[in-house]
Amino acid sequence: MSIQTKIITPPPQSPFSKLARFAWGTYAPLIALLVLVIFSAIASEHFLIPRNLTNVLRQVSYTGIIALGMTFVIIAGGIDLSVGSMVALVGVLCVMLLNWFGDGWYAVAMAIAAAVAIGALLGALNGLIITRGKVASFIATLATMSILRSLTLYVSDAGEVVSHNQLFPEIGGGYFLSIPIPVWVFGVLAIISHILLKHTAFGRHVCAVGCNATVASYSAIKVRWVYFMTFVIAGAMVGISAVMLSSRLNSVSPGDAGLFYELDAIAAVVIGGTALAGGRGTIFGTVIGVIILGIINNMLNLLGVSPYLQGTVKGLVILVAVLAQFKGDR
Amino acid sequence: MSSEHRLANKNLANATPIMQIDNIVKEFSGVRVLHKVTIDIFPGEVLGVLGENGAGKSTLLKILCGIYQKTSGSISFAGNKVEIDGPASAKALGISMIPQEFNLINTLNVFENIFLGSERSQGLFLDKNAMRAKTLQLLEELQTKLDPDALISTLSVAQKQMVEIAKALVSDVRVLIMDEPTTVLTEHEVKILFALVERLKARGVTLVFISHKLKEVKQLCDRLVILRDGYLISVDEVNDIDEQDMARKMVGRELNQIYPPKVSCAAETVLKVSNLNIKGQLQDINFKLHKGEILGFAGLIGAGRTETAEALMGLREVDSCTVQVKGREVAIKSVADAVACKMAYLSEDRQGKGLVMNFDIVKNISLISLAKYVKRLIQGKLETEQAQHYVDLFDIKAASINSELINLSGGNQQKVYLAKWMDTEPEILILDEPTRGIDVNTKKEIYHFINAMTKTGMSVIVISSELDELIGLASRVLVMREGKIVGELQGDDINDQEIMYYAAGLKQDLSKSA
Repeated sequence: MSIQTKIITPPPQSPFSKLARFAWGTYAPLIALLVLVIFSAIASEHFLIPRNLTNVLRQVSYTGIIALGMTFVIIAGGIDLSVGSMVALVGVLCVMLLNWFGDGWYAVAMAIAAAVAIGALLGALNGLIITRGKVASFIATLATMSILRSLTLYVSDAGEVVSHNQLFPEIGGGYFLSIPIPVWVFGVLAIISHILLKHTAFGRHVCAVGCNATVASYSAIKVRWVYFMTFVIAGAMVGISAVMLSSRLNSVSPGDAGLFYELDAIAAVVIGGTALAGGRGTIFGTVIGVIILGIINNMLNLLGVSPYLQGTVKGLVILVAVLAQFKGDR
Repeated sequence: MSSEHRLANKNLANATPIMQIDNIVKEFSGVRVLHKVTIDIFPGEVLGVLGENGAGKSTLLKILCGIYQKTSGSISFAGNKVEIDGPASAKALGISMIPQEFNLINTLNVFENIFLGSERSQGLFLDKNAMRAKTLQLLEELQTKLDPDALISTLSVAQKQMVEIAKALVSDVRVLIMDEPTTVLTEHEVKILFALVERLKARGVTLVFISHKLKEVKQLCDRLVILRDGYLISVDEVNDIDEQDMARKMVGRELNQIYPPKVSCAAETVLKVSNLNIKGQLQDINFKLHKGEILGFAGLIGAGRTETAEALMGLREVDSCTVQVKGREVAIKSVADAVACKMAYLSEDRQGKGLVMNFDIVKNISLISLAKYVKRLIQGKLETEQAQHYVDLFDIKAASINSELINLSGGNQQKVYLAKWMDTEPEILILDEPTRGIDVNTKKEIYHFINAMTKTGMSVIVISSELDELIGLASRVLVMREGKIVGELQGDDINDQEIMYYAAGLKQDLSKSA
């Protein structure tokens, strides 16, 4: 009997195949964006005009800011359907408070601070229902989506709420170094979000909770707190987005402000490569996803495609993104 | 050892085998776990498959019933070459397996489970009466009193096993594979199972019986296959081999080669647990752990060992519990509290509770101790350096330090898990089945590491279902049964027999359960 125990090391995998798979997963959204830009530049002469580009970026910054918060929620394994209604409610309350505070920059500052705080508070409400009440995030935020929209209509009497402050429109409509202010805000928030997600303990914990909440809790991570905080972040982002949106228009119409923003935000996150099941995703991807959606909308307009068909195209893009993701997983 | 190891059987020499397993090789991501295994199985026999954990028993039998696919080799059934490419094709041939963890649906009742996937219907509707009647008939055959309408969740483990067997019989089983069926049974239930095996044999069913309990195998089987480290060691008539031979063939090496010499521990008590109670799970657990000691926890599955560890780590709500760490009473309500008390716990469920499988090595190692690496932001360089230190220390084999855990072998995953907890600088280390599903070399490395750590003053609790491991490692062993500590063994008393006597309830140290 001379069986020897051998140490069997797995044959080294070809580094090239590893690299190829890695690169695909991370850069697929970026590649898609580049292809889209090249295609757009060829298809329409108006696309590359700076004015058009800044407009696209401004248009996407509202849902983009929301998508940043949504990225945290989705990576932690949740979903937030209430963000669209929340934008409307926070927007209406922001303008009402602004009118109550009166004129001048002081009023604007107070209204903005209040809007962000209200957003965070509503997010916290979602988070509490989900973590303390143990309701699935899909159901909880489906309920608050309906509640918040109805409250918006109630507080505004279903009528448009108009700001009387002369300075307020400067926020959403203004430029800094010829780039619209909402785009700056989106950019700065994206950088902050990226640092929060990739370089802090909180961000690491968000990923761990999304990957496997049991492992996280066995690793001394406060799972419920982390999950709760992702909804607070999403709410605060909604608050900021609501300020940008209402100051751009100088008013909020309670019925259709923020309508379907939750879908655009979720779509952007998914197109950006974040797994809907949670656990992995990047802010970078979400930013790319947001811009891809913006350019598609813009191109469909420039090419004169019926606005009724835009939803179809958007839907197809989401499907392709998700299918590509699943391919990558296999 | 030649790969051609087909032994003719005296009684069955002229019979045609029902199954011929020819040169089966199985690799998991490049690691070979079965090396050209060749076995003939004859109709109507009870074939025992013996081997240590990790010897390849379960892998081999999972290939036979289509759960794993072989890497190379061939299988013949009743003289014809077959490809078993999934559980369905195994089922079609009449091969069924009763797994260690039952595949029953708790929210369905007995007959619904038995007919799951092979429901009888009349027209559009299920023929519940026919299924109920057939179930009754099967249960009667098995001499089991069970209500066909009882919910699975209300049954005992032994009853669930009977349902699994009935489920196999309903689909005209010809080869029935049982994966360590007796580990979850009481002695009385084992007797019933053995009687059942005789009746199945009489019906012409071929049985393949995995076990690592030598006595049982000797009693039940006609022939014995012994595997070690993925190699076929021998095929014997059961009468030609005694228990010593079996053990020698299974282990194949002296125990002291794999286990480091035991170290005597200091008298200082680092952990004192008293009056730990969880209703329905644990009853009056009291024990002490000394500095530098390796304390073993033995017992059958469900004896309450994992529950005890989880209660200590703040993972379970307790009805009462007093814990003293180094003489100071502490209240541990969460894992974070336990970490603050310098306690560490490696769960038996490495993948489900221990490691984030799609995090890389670095992120897994720093997951609990992350605060060490944060100066406003996470210092990636520091974190990676520390991880590299552990990769070198434990000889963790991976393509890169940034490989996701899912790409590592079980042994290397376990080392990462150990590193993750070592990074919290614990003084009390609780290891729950630390070498489950791990190859023998990694086992040895882990044992020696544990031993080295105790020399630096770390105290270790090892929970294990592998008796060898406890015997080789622990200087003291507590045996648990049904939520109670029923025995304490030291020195030469730590042996298979003593542990099993206590674990099975044949012996009970009343001073321990008082």
